[in-house]
Amino acid sequence: MAILEVKDLEVYYGVIQAIKGISFEVNQGEIIALIGANGAGKTTTLQTITGLIPSKAGSIFYEGKEITHIPGHKLVSMGMAHVPEGRRVFAQLTVLQNLKLGAYTRKDKNELDQTLQLVYERFPRLEERKNQSAGTLSGGEQQMLAMGRALMSHPKLIVMDEPSMGLSPIYVNEIFDIIQKINADGTTVLLVEQNAKKALSIADRAYVLETGKIVLSGDAKELMNNDQVKKAYLSE
Amino acid sequence: MSFLSCLISGISLGSVYAIIALGYTMVYGIAKMLNFAHGDIIMVGAFTAFTIVSSLGMPSMMGVLTAIILCTALGVTVERIAYKPLRGASSLAVLITAIGVSYFLQNVVLLIFGPNPKKFQSVVSLPGLKLAGGELSISAVTIITVVTCLLVMAVLTTFINRTKMGQAMLAVSEDRGAATLMGINVNGTIALTFAIGSALAAVAGVLYCSAYDTLTPYIGSMPGIKAFVAAVFGGIGSIPGAFIGGIAMGIIEQMTKKYISSQLADAIVFAVLIIVLLVRPTGLLGRKIHEKV
Repeated sequence: MAILEVKDLEVYYGVIQAIKGISFEVNQGEIIALIGANGAGKTTTLQTITGLIPSKAGSIFYEGKEITHIPGHKLVSMGMAHVPEGRRVFAQLTVLQNLKLGAYTRKDKNELDQTLQLVYERFPRLEERKNQSAGTLSGGEQQMLAMGRALMSHPKLIVMDEPSMGLSPIYVNEIFDIIQKINADGTTVLLVEQNAKKALSIADRAYVLETGKIVLSGDAKELMNNDQVKKAYLSE
Repeated sequence: MSFLSCLISGISLGSVYAIIALGYTMVYGIAKMLNFAHGDIIMVGAFTAFTIVSSLGMPSMMGVLTAIILCTALGVTVERIAYKPLRGASSLAVLITAIGVSYFLQNVVLLIFGPNPKKFQSVVSLPGLKLAGGELSISAVTIITVVTCLLVMAVLTTFINRTKMGQAMLAVSEDRGAATLMGINVNGTIALTFAIGSALAAVAGVLYCSAYDTLTPYIGSMPGIKAFVAAVFGGIGSIPGAFIGGIAMGIIEQMTKKYISSQLADAIVFAVLIIVLLVRPTGLLGRKIHEKV
């Protein structure tokens, strides 16, 4: 069953059309990768889904319900979390304050403490640094905080924008391992990545975005062997 | 002894500036705009209290409460009608709108109450304190002003650091987009900030006019501008900064009046601002902006 369905989506920045009518779906339990070059419209697509940018045409369905015009802040309690590009942790606040803000829409204190423990288990470094302000963390740690913060809302679908951007190779591997674990725990993942090789290696299916259009789609392993993809995105 | 009484009146005046500056600084920190109409909310608050107490003869507590409620509603309405449609517009457009709102409020009050100054009857009718054998006298208004300021500071600090709404405000002030992704209603948070700031302006208006009893439609602009200076002086966006800036402003102003020249007082107050900004552009407690990529 599709947890997320995007139909003929069009997004404009002023008069410039960034997304030119794309359609795709994400099924329950999958890892879906959206790959493409800089400026292809990957981030715009994600931001439109999570309500940060309005769409001009087309529709978005989440769990069968149309969410195209629902304001972004209401989507969180519906079970959608977004790990934004560039992490965007609240630098002045502590790690713990950041995590608690991730659970802003949740009421039950006991459940919240349980989730916090789970996040600490997944990211032990966050517990070690819980009273440190987020701005003092390294890039990789900030990425972990951004992911932990998103997990605090106990999402059904987690949308991740360039989680490996600017990280050292060790962290990149770690982050991708964690994405797989999050998915194994039952969370559906929609992943945007410039690191196409890594993204395709963990994804079930993938869509290739080029200047606002989906030009290729299919099974991730098959796409990895596709000559066009190899040439353009895997630098082989 | 006269130094001491001058210091006390400086702290008292500074407390009013601090309460106004808190409103300025919160709105700046969270909505990222300078609300130049803030001073006129003070004036509306004072006129409301004046109408209730002096014209209708109701108890002064009633006047204060009505002023707070009316100003809160006014602040939220102004934000909704004038500023919210400009979300995302250039800060200059918002600034000009705020100046427009300021003139609008002044002229509405001018239409209703006329240009003649009114005599504001102090909402505090308690006797003052006499210390050191009557040489040092502290009026009840002074005491209430300082206590109110400290109370407001304590409540606001607790609210911001200990409550979910307060944390949401901090999140919105740092990154609106990321705050939305946490499920925070950014527009609601901004409206709440205006509500708090305007309620504080009402309190400041009543206290200010209880100390300086002349009431005109332009009464808000000078304390408004000085509180703005206080907020910048302390570091705009910082709550303790607004407090320290406000108190410092009040003391500097009163000391100047006493020891240098009462005509030069305002000039010196603004000169201090210029010096602080030259030495520390972010103000006394302002945060340095550092970003990690």
